Amino acid sequence: MKKHLVTSVLMTIATTVLLGILYPLVVTALAQLVFPDQANGQLLHRNGTVVGSRLIGQAFVGPGYFHSRPSNAGTGYDAANSNGSQLGPTNHALIDRVKGDVAANQADHPGQAVPVDLVTASGSGLDPDISPAAAEFQVARVARERALPEADVRRLVQEHTTARQFGLLGEPRVNVLELNLVLDDLTRR
Amino acid sequence: MTANGWIQIIVFLGLILAVTKPLGIFMARVFSRERTFLDPVMRPVERLLYRMTGVDEDHEMRWTEYALTMLLFSGVSMLLLYAIERSQQLLPWLNPQHLPAVAPALAFNTAASFTTNTNWQNYGGESTMSYLTQMVGLAYHNFASAAVGIALAIAFIRGIARREKETIGNFWVDMTRATLWLLLPMCVIGALLLVSQGVVQNLKPYDTVKLVEPQQIQKTGPDGKPMVGQDGKPVMDTVATQTIAQGPVASQEAIKELGTNGGGFFNANSAHPFENPTPFSNYLEMFFIFAIPAGLTYTLGRMTGSQRHGWAVWAAMAVLFLTGVTTAYWAEAHGNPLLSGVDQRTSLAQPGGNMEGKEVRFGIADSTLFATITTDASCGAINGWHDSYTPLGGMVPLVNIMLSETVFGGVGAGLYGILIYVVLAVFIAGLMVGRTPEYLGKKIEAYDVKMAMLVTLVFPFIILVLTAISSVAGFGTSSISNPGPHGLTQILYAFTSMAGNNGSAFGGLNGNTLWYNTAGAMTMLVGRFFMIIPMLAIAGNLAKKKYVPPSLGTFPVTTPLFTVLLVGVILIVGALTFFPALSLGPILEHLQMVAGKTF
Repeated sequence: MKKHLVTSVLMTIATTVLLGILYPLVVTALAQLVFPDQANGQLLHRNGTVVGSRLIGQAFVGPGYFHSRPSNAGTGYDAANSNGSQLGPTNHALIDRVKGDVAANQADHPGQAVPVDLVTASGSGLDPDISPAAAEFQVARVARERALPEADVRRLVQEHTTARQFGLLGEPRVNVLELNLVLDDLTRR
Repeated sequence: MTANGWIQIIVFLGLILAVTKPLGIFMARVFSRERTFLDPVMRPVERLLYRMTGVDEDHEMRWTEYALTMLLFSGVSMLLLYAIERSQQLLPWLNPQHLPAVAPALAFNTAASFTTNTNWQNYGGESTMSYLTQMVGLAYHNFASAAVGIALAIAFIRGIARREKETIGNFWVDMTRATLWLLLPMCVIGALLLVSQGVVQNLKPYDTVKLVEPQQIQKTGPDGKPMVGQDGKPVMDTVATQTIAQGPVASQEAIKELGTNGGGFFNANSAHPFENPTPFSNYLEMFFIFAIPAGLTYTLGRMTGSQRHGWAVWAAMAVLFLTGVTTAYWAEAHGNPLLSGVDQRTSLAQPGGNMEGKEVRFGIADSTLFATITTDASCGAINGWHDSYTPLGGMVPLVNIMLSETVFGGVGAGLYGILIYVVLAVFIAGLMVGRTPEYLGKKIEAYDVKMAMLVTLVFPFIILVLTAISSVAGFGTSSISNPGPHGLTQILYAFTSMAGNNGSAFGGLNGNTLWYNTAGAMTMLVGRFFMIIPMLAIAGNLAKKKYVPPSLGTFPVTTPLFTVLLVGVILIVGALTFFPALSLGPILEHLQMVAGKTF
């Protein structure tokens, strides 16, 4: 019994050094060496300031921007407090929230059904993407607000649509932050 | 549902089928201490570990000694984790956000949770745990508890394979070899693959970025409620920056999946873009969850000399897996009928279906596939919130855990879990034929069946009793966030997940209370160790028995008929035990939802 206890203590210490310290440090060193951009969160820069991460969504409410999905991360897109709404399918709080978001979205398209991802909160609350349908739904508004031809905005959306990975995995998607940054660059010029 | 979705599911099962044999052979060689290609690197490390810790690698243990060393190791390492959590604010390194000590009840719950391979989390990682706690405390236990699970499965296989022996192996050797030959090398490769996809791996403080469009947000008052001014208008605040949590994520992510642990670095777990950025990282994580459990079925066949029995068990698992994923995919793709003005149709331009709590990059197919896999195995990682699933879609993960996570299952735990059902299946077959049941040449007698029944009964007993208490007492119901039948499902899911050492949750339930922290911790400890001890007792008892050559009257455990019987036993035991509770929770909610009722 005593021998086993001593071994347990020693084994815990030895494996903690190996698995809890050496392993993550070695992986960190390798990651920083081989994939420095990915390992640090793929931060995006504009005019010398960091304006976001390619992988982390931001909230947009202005009519000239493409809007992200509703978010329950902190007060919305808080990337230090990831979370979903946790609302169940029969919870009236969910039904009411969706109803309100549908009404807001239908201002430009009266009576037209809104793509579901645009009025549902993501799991992380940080979803950087919307579906191509949700982007198309907003093209007319963004084009009007920015005084751009709809066809140009639509082409921009298509250029920023990521297809299924290897043609098979996941779903096609549009990165909202990148798209909006390009729009800003375009109209500023 | 789309053709693409089905192809992704079938390709996934194909990959698991492909890895079963090579990984199974490799594990059989590792634990039989035969030569492998990793020996030149790992053998010196192994010897050094034994020398430092005083392990005699040629010593063989009886089942009681095996159980004792396993318990001592788990106990000591659990204490260390508790100490790290409680003192993380004192440790000067790797706490760039200056996070305070974890509160005692939460620290106890988390220590029990990670030691038992559950990874139930009553906290959000990025707002509670320092980098040091994540690496040295939590990720360490992801390795340790997984290695313990694999060791136990191997010990059980030895019990079946050995004849007239008193011993079932050496715990220290099995655990060390599981770590050095299997978990560590696969994790280094897996972690780097994840980083290539965008999983972060750094030790820097959280980044602060300037928002492209500053946001107006209603201020929160000191009482935690949104602030309203004297004129009745909301008090607004301008948010111009976003704080982005960072950390050594990839190294933890790899073992989180490979060890079927499931504890997220961030609160949103594998839904968080830094834990699971692309569809490929998602696929890789799912593959890691199932790889070792699938391989162990081949190891079982090889070490017991009946390869076809290993495949018969594999087939039973595959049948249950496909049933689960089909149901969940169907339910979620049909969406939520209560939402009006919403386009939930699936098309090339949008995933459609019930997207609440799900990520666009995964859509419906990859979300439901992940939910099925994480609960078939005792992983508990999530890439979308089960709480926001439709009633039947959310019932699939719940039922998967209720079936004791035997569908490939947790690393090691899945195999010894299904072997308990195998013992019951051959026992029932024996009753039908009217002979003493035999399993791979060993007579299954009263002692073995009693122990198997103990495992089978303790599990539902603790789940149902604690769910019953929590659903009537104020300290239980006050944590419910979704009213109506869904609230019962939240509690039922919590105790099922903790007793099954899964760790996924209906996340709206507030688990960070004195009751759920302490009752939950006890549930997890019982769910782990009370299952293991009877299981080791069976292993020890089987090892002692004489070999009985199969005769004409022996019920073969290598045929499709056996696979059907095994699936039947698993479903009947699960259904008989849990059907009443399920009908009051998800089934009732489904009927209400179809009838258009909200709560």
